[in-house]
Amino acid sequence: MSANLEELVEDSVLLQCRVNGKACEREIQPGTSLLDFLRDELRLTGTHMGCMTGHCGACTVMLDGQVAKSCITLAATVQRRQITTIEGLKGADGKLSPVQQAFWDEAGFQCAFCAPGMLLAATELLRDNPDPSEDDIRRAIAGNLCRCTGYQSIVRAVKAAARVQRSAG
Amino acid sequence: MSATTADTPAGTGIGASVRRVEDQRFITGRGSYVDDLERPGQVHAHVVRSSVAHGEIRRIGTDAARAAPGVLGVYVGEDLRADGIGDLPCGWFVSNIDGTPMFSPSHPVVAVGRVRYVGEPVAVVIAETAQQARDAAELLEVEIDDLPAVATLERALAPGAPAIWDGAPGNVSFHWQIGDRAAVESAFARADHVAKLELVNNRLVCNAMEPRAAIGEYDAGRGEYTLWTTSQNPHVIRILLATVTLKVPEHKIRVISPDVGGGFGSKAFHYSEEVIAAWAARRVGRPVRWTADRSEAFVSDRHGRDHLSHVELACTKDGRFLALRVSTAANMGAYYSTFGPAIPTFYYAPLLSGTYAIPAIYCDVKGVVTNTVPVDAYRGAGRPEATYVIERIVDRAARDLGIDPAEIRRRNFVPKDAFPYRTALTLEYDSGDYAQALDKALALADYAGFPARKQASAARGKLRGIGLSSYIEACGVGPSKIIMTSGGGSGLFESACVRVNPSGSVVVMTGSHSHGQGHETTFAQLVSERLGVPLESVEVVHGDTGRIQFGLGTYGSRSLAVGGSAIWKAVDKVIAKGKKIAAHVLEAAESDVRFENGRFVVAGTDRGLSFPELAFTAHAPLRFPSDEIEPGLEETAFYDPSNFTFPAGVHVCELEIDPATGVSEVVRYTVVDDFGTVVNPMIVDGQVHGGVAQGIGQALLENCVYDEDSAQLVSGSFVDYTMPRADDLPTLAVDYIVTPCPHNPIGAKGCGEAGAIAAPPAVMNAVVDALAARGVGDVQMPATPHRVWQALRAAAKPAAA
Repeated sequence: MSANLEELVEDSVLLQCRVNGKACEREIQPGTSLLDFLRDELRLTGTHMGCMTGHCGACTVMLDGQVAKSCITLAATVQRRQITTIEGLKGADGKLSPVQQAFWDEAGFQCAFCAPGMLLAATELLRDNPDPSEDDIRRAIAGNLCRCTGYQSIVRAVKAAARVQRSAG
Repeated sequence: MSATTADTPAGTGIGASVRRVEDQRFITGRGSYVDDLERPGQVHAHVVRSSVAHGEIRRIGTDAARAAPGVLGVYVGEDLRADGIGDLPCGWFVSNIDGTPMFSPSHPVVAVGRVRYVGEPVAVVIAETAQQARDAAELLEVEIDDLPAVATLERALAPGAPAIWDGAPGNVSFHWQIGDRAAVESAFARADHVAKLELVNNRLVCNAMEPRAAIGEYDAGRGEYTLWTTSQNPHVIRILLATVTLKVPEHKIRVISPDVGGGFGSKAFHYSEEVIAAWAARRVGRPVRWTADRSEAFVSDRHGRDHLSHVELACTKDGRFLALRVSTAANMGAYYSTFGPAIPTFYYAPLLSGTYAIPAIYCDVKGVVTNTVPVDAYRGAGRPEATYVIERIVDRAARDLGIDPAEIRRRNFVPKDAFPYRTALTLEYDSGDYAQALDKALALADYAGFPARKQASAARGKLRGIGLSSYIEACGVGPSKIIMTSGGGSGLFESACVRVNPSGSVVVMTGSHSHGQGHETTFAQLVSERLGVPLESVEVVHGDTGRIQFGLGTYGSRSLAVGGSAIWKAVDKVIAKGKKIAAHVLEAAESDVRFENGRFVVAGTDRGLSFPELAFTAHAPLRFPSDEIEPGLEETAFYDPSNFTFPAGVHVCELEIDPATGVSEVVRYTVVDDFGTVVNPMIVDGQVHGGVAQGIGQALLENCVYDEDSAQLVSGSFVDYTMPRADDLPTLAVDYIVTPCPHNPIGAKGCGEAGAIAAPPAVMNAVVDALAARGVGDVQMPATPHRVWQALRAAAKPAAA
């Protein structure tokens, strides 16, 4: 009995982190991906599974402000870090972020399964580079696959978001 | 006339680029895809798949797996068969040239006796968690005696090739023909010139970004099944479950396809996992869920294309087309998928006339079985293959005869005053203006300025090429009578119900299904404009057999032309009934009541009822006789089109090739489409963009490759299968001409597949044009850097010698 208990304790990990600004503390299995943790444990299903190999970007989140692919990130490695998912992109006032608004205005998405990766990659890009060239934009989103749009409306949306952010800033 | 996003009308009606209603949930991460759902007590299915391409199943040892932690059941093909589960259906039948029926292989949900492709289901493990199901699957003892396997058309058709089915000698499962062979032979006999090409239409994997998923649930009290599935056509899945696979009454099955992350055809078919989830839910008494990972998707989602064609075009010396002769081999895979044999026959060959008046056409098609994933519809489905044949051979003829590719097309177009135009095959083109589309595309692409740009590229050591494609497609499938007399197993109409609530808001229930197309917006625009109610007051419901009367789903660019027309008809009925009620309330003759600008008015008076007033009155039957006119305001309509629709247009691709590396870069891409009436240009632009991206992908990047000896899929991941990324594609210039469809009330022709149909030949004609200067004759898709570099090297050799 005690051996089993020890095994259990050894097997699980106490994860403490912040998700979309909220403190979060859970016992998790060490093999759990950050993607499964967000989707299954926290029920934040806006982050999607598209490949489980880190190639499509549908699982993208931000870790301390940097985009990361949650399907190839072990949840146990994000101790005490800040995680932002697509659900956390809205402002504190409940308003859409400029990037979200631009993707709506420009019909950035079709099936929208790639939305987490595109929105977060664009958010990171425009934070670091308020006036990106088209090549900058294409490079920034090149880690995210979209099968619907040919990236036309996505590039258009990022450009529009950049314009809005610059005029607001 | 142009309808680009820049110059669309304000407001929310037909022609306005309205922001998409559905995006409010998508941009905030609140979409609801199948894998996002959680059912109480749910357990997980893992499908164990064959790792060999061809073999006899000697034994599947399940004891260890059954004893593994969390396992609730382990099932093999015989278990499903013993429970009365039927084989997967093929809903299309063709006849051989000699009149005999095609060979129809049996297609078990889970393999029985023999496996025939890598990825074929051989067992199912159900466990409390997905990880437990995967772990237990590792304990299965699957013993398969290998048989020789064959994956490619060349190998399958070679003498002495391994036999995959006893009923398909030489691996040919059908040999079908269309057209007047004698007329073609006689035209070839008097031709000045015959242009010839061997063409490969490369095998593709659809790769919708959302992997397929299914959740089955069984209510033992009511004896009812619910299946959530990533499907483009939930009602069709319900019919097939009821009548073919699960075999329970249709009214005891509810199929729900909520938000679906892209389909492109690959989610239009009835798959094993749908049957497994529903059946196992009853068997284990818990909801059963299954989600594919990408590796599984590559070996289980139906593949697309995979044709080899020998093409000959007979011409006069001034480039007039006399006859076309095509012989095609089409890889069907190991079994027939839901629409499998329809794609390289009915959806392919009738389109071989393209946009041209060709007096005689003959085509024969061999369906070839191989040890590969079954092949079925992928965006365009047969029509891209036909367009590739005609648009490549037309360019070859132009090159052979020294005629400009635009000019040879213009000389042979079906003239705009010739509609309705019956081709040498079976189709009657209803409307179009191909020369107008060509002129507009050439102007937008600055075709005249190309030689100067080519020179500038040459100065930088680059090879520049330009390619045209003047495509046509038959879509808006389809007239039920044509479908059912051509081999289809059911009709292809569409249904809609327009329900007006007492407060005047409107719910539209459509049998079309949106998996990215934006129907919740486009259909709301239609209804909003016609009933004069705000867009926000119209809710479009789709994807649930429990809420929607009937439907045949979304594929073949049919949603607006067929599904939209059903909505239009239902709105007509609502207005007609509204007039009857208004006549009583306004004390006027029904013939004097008009519905204008959202009001029922008595002609020549100021008396009238707003639409909300009428809606309330219909539900408060005081001022009209409810024994004569039923209370309520809800109308259902079914619309069966009288013909296909025929979107057409011209693509112009301009690319640069670096001869040192073989890398092609598309530097300019111009599209002019004729989709008839465009409801939401921003959405339609997006459909075109996505189609073109897939077409450029097919031409330059994507290739589904099997190992020739083992028939293992070697392009089974995003590392091995090159999906177009943002830095692979140029900015596309998209414009329109409009010749409305004359036989549906909207005038819409459909736009979903056009880009994927037109783009591959435009790109490849540009590649061939760029390489011609270096003596390269032809290149097959995909024109990867390696392949282009090899072609340049091969062409350079004689000169070097």
